[in-house]
Amino acid sequence: MADSATAPALSVRGLTKHFGERTAYRDITFDVGQGEVFGLLGPNGAGKTTTVRTLGTLLRPSSGTAVVAGVPLGSDDAGVEIRRRIAIMPEAPGLYLRQTVRDNLSFFADLYDIDKPGPHIDRALEAVKLTDRANDMCGSLSKGLRQRVALARALLPRPVVLFLDEPTSGLDPAAARDVHELIDDLRRSGVTVVLTTHRLTEAERLCDRVAILNTTLRTIGRPDELRDRLFSKALVVKLVEPLAHPEAVFSPLAGVESWGGSGPCEYSLVVANTKAVAPSLVRALVSAGADVLSMAERSHSLEDVYMELVGDAPKEERQ
Amino acid sequence: MKKLRRARAVFFKELRDYKRNGNVIYAMVIFPLIFLIQPIVELLTVSSGASHVLRHEHSLVYMLAIPALVPAVLASYAVVGERLQGTLEPVLTTPVTREELLLGKALAALIPTVVVSYGVFGLFIAVVELFAHPGIAPALVQWPDLLAQLIFTPLLAVWAIWVGMAVSTRCSDPRTAGQLAVFATLPAVAVTSLIAFGVIPAKLQVALGFGIGLAVLDRVGLRVVSAMFDRERLVSSTR
Repeated sequence: MADSATAPALSVRGLTKHFGERTAYRDITFDVGQGEVFGLLGPNGAGKTTTVRTLGTLLRPSSGTAVVAGVPLGSDDAGVEIRRRIAIMPEAPGLYLRQTVRDNLSFFADLYDIDKPGPHIDRALEAVKLTDRANDMCGSLSKGLRQRVALARALLPRPVVLFLDEPTSGLDPAAARDVHELIDDLRRSGVTVVLTTHRLTEAERLCDRVAILNTTLRTIGRPDELRDRLFSKALVVKLVEPLAHPEAVFSPLAGVESWGGSGPCEYSLVVANTKAVAPSLVRALVSAGADVLSMAERSHSLEDVYMELVGDAPKEERQ
Repeated sequence: MKKLRRARAVFFKELRDYKRNGNVIYAMVIFPLIFLIQPIVELLTVSSGASHVLRHEHSLVYMLAIPALVPAVLASYAVVGERLQGTLEPVLTTPVTREELLLGKALAALIPTVVVSYGVFGLFIAVVELFAHPGIAPALVQWPDLLAQLIFTPLLAVWAIWVGMAVSTRCSDPRTAGQLAVFATLPAVAVTSLIAFGVIPAKLQVALGFGIGLAVLDRVGLRVVSAMFDRERLVSSTR
């Protein structure tokens, strides 16, 4: 068992899962470093939850290998050891609705063999801001509060790797922000977080790296890396009046790969390096007598990356 | 110790859940009432002259149907109920093993069943002692029958629990699971009823054979149900 401080928290090699004839995901390979917040993005049915369930030892992989928190997936004993080191918050909270919040957490503390669980439960409740609801029946809580209880439950064992499946699903913006702050805190405390989400802004804000999955792994990297990989950099210039001879201004500039009009008084220039081109572009415009209203780097969001990779494409054939 | 701790946690969680679960309370009340009221009414209306007939019968064995039916219903809900509520998946993500989970759930079905069965039996004897015609109670309450009740109650209950759980691991609807579990325990109820009605002679050899058979089934039950408890199938609903 790999247990070095530098070993990845998760190491997945060629993992594949079939349900009979259907393929949930195929040939997935990636590593997640210790203390990293890793996003798993993809459309419904892309295999995100099945991947998490496999890594959480709930499902057996059809082929491939994985090492989770230093323990290779395999036997029942390895499964128990992995489950000792990780926690999973499933998309549905799965609480005992006829029991109180504290009873729910107390039960799970016992399942995780936590000695003197009281302080652990208090800390988990405090982390999700539910201390004052500890004695409420879970059935009386709103969907958002139930989600927070489920999150508190996942925090109880102080996991090495925490899998969060759509953690902000059903939460209002304020509650979602609390969860984001919590994930930031977890990152700071060295917990590895694997986050599946449909909220691309959330992934962009929280994740060190993301993987886009649609049965196969489409891409993996830092959000800015993915943007750079998929989209060329561009500068957008807005002027008071259109240029009489724009080709005379833009074509001679070093570093400009192409250019075009993107509005009546707006031009878009594809460049290799925005910082290198921007000063000479301003000088050229001023020399040409143009009045510059604004100049900005065109930004692409993770959503653009996602849409580019899986947005309009039909879901991969699952055979 | 940790294994026991997790099984104990499951046990207490189940008991907490029972208290507020209408289906469970219904199962624990209705079956015992059915098997209590009818014989009480019958015995209270029997005259003292019938005592010599009762002395040669084993009517009390009839009440062993309670430990066969009640835990079957409780156990049949144990897995499929959790699956339906969505609580099974979070539990399976913890270090708890199949055996610990099943053991905790089995104990949670067994202990209330034994308490209810002995309690109902005691109540039955008390009512007969207090209100039946003279001579009925001594004719009815015979040591072999009391011993049979004492020994066969837990043996039958454990067997019924494994049957109920086996059904529960394979069903996707709690109501169907309950019906199938009751149906599957009927052979045991049939045996006890046939003994009670004198169709099967109540001999020591019969009791021993029945007891040993149940003990063997009880012993292998956990292993069989553990093998049937497939995490993957339960989580992903694949068949």
